[in-house]
Amino acid sequence: MKYIDEYRDPQRARALLDEIRRVAVNEWTIMEICGGQTHSIMRNGIDQLLPPNVRLVHGPGCPVCVTPLETIERALAIASRPGVILTSFGDMLRVPGSSKDLFMARSEGADVRIVFSPLEALQIARENPDRDVVFLAVGFETTAPANAMAVRQAAREGIGNFSELVSQVMVPPAMRAILSSPGNRVQGFLAAGHVCAIMGWEEYEPVSAEFGVPVVPAGFEPVDLLAGILKTVEMLETGRSGVENAYGRIVSREGNPEARRVMEEVFEVADRPWRGIGVIPQSGLVLREAFARFDAEKRFDVGRIAPQESPLCRSGEVLQGHLKPSGCPAFGRECTPLTPLGATMVSSEGACAAYYKYHRNATP
Amino acid sequence: MQPVCPAPILRHETVQMAHGAGGRLSQELTKRVFMPHLHNAFLDQLDDQAKFDVVSGRMAFSTDTYVVSPLFFPGGNIGELAVNGTVNDLAVGGAVPKYLSAGFVLEEGLPLAELEEIVRSMAESARKAGVMIVCGDTKVVQKGQCDRVFINTSGVGFVREGIDVSCRNLRPGDAVIVSGTIGDHGMAVMTSRAGLSFQSRISSDTAALNGMIHAVLDVVPGVHAMRDPTRGGAAATLNELASSSSVGIELEESTIPVREEVRGASELLGIDPLTIANEGKLLLVVPESDAATVLSVMRAHEHGRDAAIIGRVVEEHPGMVVMKTPFGSRRIVEMPLGEQLPRIC
Repeated sequence: MKYIDEYRDPQRARALLDEIRRVAVNEWTIMEICGGQTHSIMRNGIDQLLPPNVRLVHGPGCPVCVTPLETIERALAIASRPGVILTSFGDMLRVPGSSKDLFMARSEGADVRIVFSPLEALQIARENPDRDVVFLAVGFETTAPANAMAVRQAAREGIGNFSELVSQVMVPPAMRAILSSPGNRVQGFLAAGHVCAIMGWEEYEPVSAEFGVPVVPAGFEPVDLLAGILKTVEMLETGRSGVENAYGRIVSREGNPEARRVMEEVFEVADRPWRGIGVIPQSGLVLREAFARFDAEKRFDVGRIAPQESPLCRSGEVLQGHLKPSGCPAFGRECTPLTPLGATMVSSEGACAAYYKYHRNATP
Repeated sequence: MQPVCPAPILRHETVQMAHGAGGRLSQELTKRVFMPHLHNAFLDQLDDQAKFDVVSGRMAFSTDTYVVSPLFFPGGNIGELAVNGTVNDLAVGGAVPKYLSAGFVLEEGLPLAELEEIVRSMAESARKAGVMIVCGDTKVVQKGQCDRVFINTSGVGFVREGIDVSCRNLRPGDAVIVSGTIGDHGMAVMTSRAGLSFQSRISSDTAALNGMIHAVLDVVPGVHAMRDPTRGGAAATLNELASSSSVGIELEESTIPVREEVRGASELLGIDPLTIANEGKLLLVVPESDAATVLSVMRAHEHGRDAAIIGRVVEEHPGMVVMKTPFGSRRIVEMPLGEQLPRIC
C-alpha cells in the first residue's frame, strides 16, 4: 500500500486546497462522472473542504445505478429457471426489481452466486456442464474488456453452457446527454480514471470541443481528486476547454489497446436505456451477432417485461446532477439503504447511498 | 452355498448417520475422537450433565453458534473460534470463564480426521484459556442438511467482585481503546476462498482474551465498557455502544491500527476494515485518566501489543459514531448493513 500513501497525504491535500481557494474566483459547478469518485469524495469529506464557490455534482457513473429495471427483472426471471446458476458482482444482488431482489430470489431457491470476475463465472460453467451459467455483465468501459474476454474464451473453448446478460454502458454519450439537457448546470468534468485507463482520453476531445467544456481525467485518492479539481478550476478560470490529464501515472491518451481490441471484437455499439434517465443513443454495448449464442437475452425467452419504477424515486435527476441526494423528499425517509426505492441508494457507488452512509444528517 | 452374514463395520473414516444415533457407533465416536483430547474429571463421568461447585456472587452465562466456511482458514479453524468466542463473550462482561459445553451438528460424510483436528484445537484453546469443556452433544444430519460442521458452545463464568462493565456506561470524555489491528479474521476467511489469493497471507486473530482482560481489570477495575468486535466489526460495536449509552463517539482515522495487507485487500474488495469481523480483539471504553495505564497493561500482553487509543466519547451527536479524517473533514461511521460475504464465524 505504500505506493498509494502519498496520494493520501494530508499535507499535499492541504496545499492543493489552498491553491484551489486562490485560483477559484468565480462560481463553478463540476461533475465527477464516476461513482467511485463520488464515494471517495464523501468518504474523505472533500466536499466539506472545498471553497463554497466550487460545487461538485455527482454523475451517472455507477453501473449498478443505471442498469435498467428491465435488466434486473430479466435476471430475476432467468435466475428462477431450473438448472440456471446466475452469477453477478455482489452489488447487483441487492438492487430491487419491481417486487424483489436477487437475494430474495436466492432465498426462494434460485442458485445465485457472487463472483469477483466473469472468468470465475466461466470456471463455474466449466465445472457444471449440466447447468446453464449466466453472468450478469453490467458496467462501464472498465468492466467491458473482462466481460468480452470471458465470452471470447467461452467461444474458443466451446463452452456452450455459459452466457452473459449484458448491460454495458459508455461514458461519452452520457456526458453528451447531460450537457444537452435543458437544465444543465455542469461546467466541467472530472473524467473517471479507471475508464480512461482502458479507453484513453482521446474519445473526450470531440465532446469537449463541441460543448466547450474542460474534461480532466482524475484518480480516486484525495490528492488525485483535488489535483483534478484544481486543474478543472484553472481551465474554467482561464476559459480553456479541451482534455488535460490529472492522472498521468495511470492514464494515457490511447488507453489500453489490447483491452480495446477485445471489446471491439466481441461487442458492438447500440442504443441503451439508462435507469432513471431513459434511452441514450449509441451509449451501450451489445454482443456481436457472431457471439449471439452467449447472449442470455436471446437464449432465455422470459416473455415481455414491463417493470414499474417507484413514483417517489428521483434518481434520474440525481444521476444527471440536477438534484443532490439530500434534496430528494424521499431521501432518508421512504428511501434508505434497507428500503431503497432506486439503485442510487443500493450500490456502494451510488450517490444517494454515499450521502446516506457518510452525511445523512447535516454534516456533524 | 453358505449364507454369509457380514459383521457391521465399526471403523469408519467419515461420519456416518449411525454416529449420531446413540448406539455403538456413537460410543465409538466419543471414544475415538472426542475423549482422547477433551477428557477431564467432568467428562470422564460420562453423565448427562456436569455438576460443579459454585462460589457466592454472580455468574455469567453465554452461548454462541459457529458456522464458519471454510472450516480451516489461515490462523485457525472452527474449533478454536468456538472456544475463544464464548470465552471472550464471558470475559468482556468482567467474568472469569470456567466451564463450557460443546454441541456438534455433523454432516454425514465429514472425514473423521478433520473432526479430530477440530476437537484437538478446541482442547488446546480451552487449555490456553484456562477453561474446561464439561459436557457435550453430537448430532449427525444427512448430506446437504448442514455444511460439514456446526458447533455451539455455551459457557459459564464467575463475575468478579466490584466490576461493572456495561454498554450503557459510556461517559463523555472517556477514551476508546482497541487492542490491536482490526479486520484480520474476516479478511483471512474471505481471502482463503478459492480464487482470491494475495501475496502475503492474512491470518485470523482468533484468541482468548480473558487473560488480557483480567490483567487490565486487576489494575483498572473502573473500566466502563468492553466488547469484542466480532460480526459487523468495530463499526457495529461502536454504534451499539454509542446508542446504548446515548452518547456520541468520535474516532481519529489516522490512529486506527490496520495491517497493510488487510488495508490492501479491503480496498480491492471495496470493504471498510471497520466493518470486518475480529475474533481476538477488544474494544474498551475507559475514563480518560485511566487510558494510559490501560494501554500500557495491554501492550505488555501478547494479544494487545498494537493497542491504541482510537477516539473518545463526546456529548454531541448521541447514538452516532463520527470519523475525523486526516484531512480535517468528518464522516459518519454507520452500522453496517447485512452481509454479502461468506460465513465468517
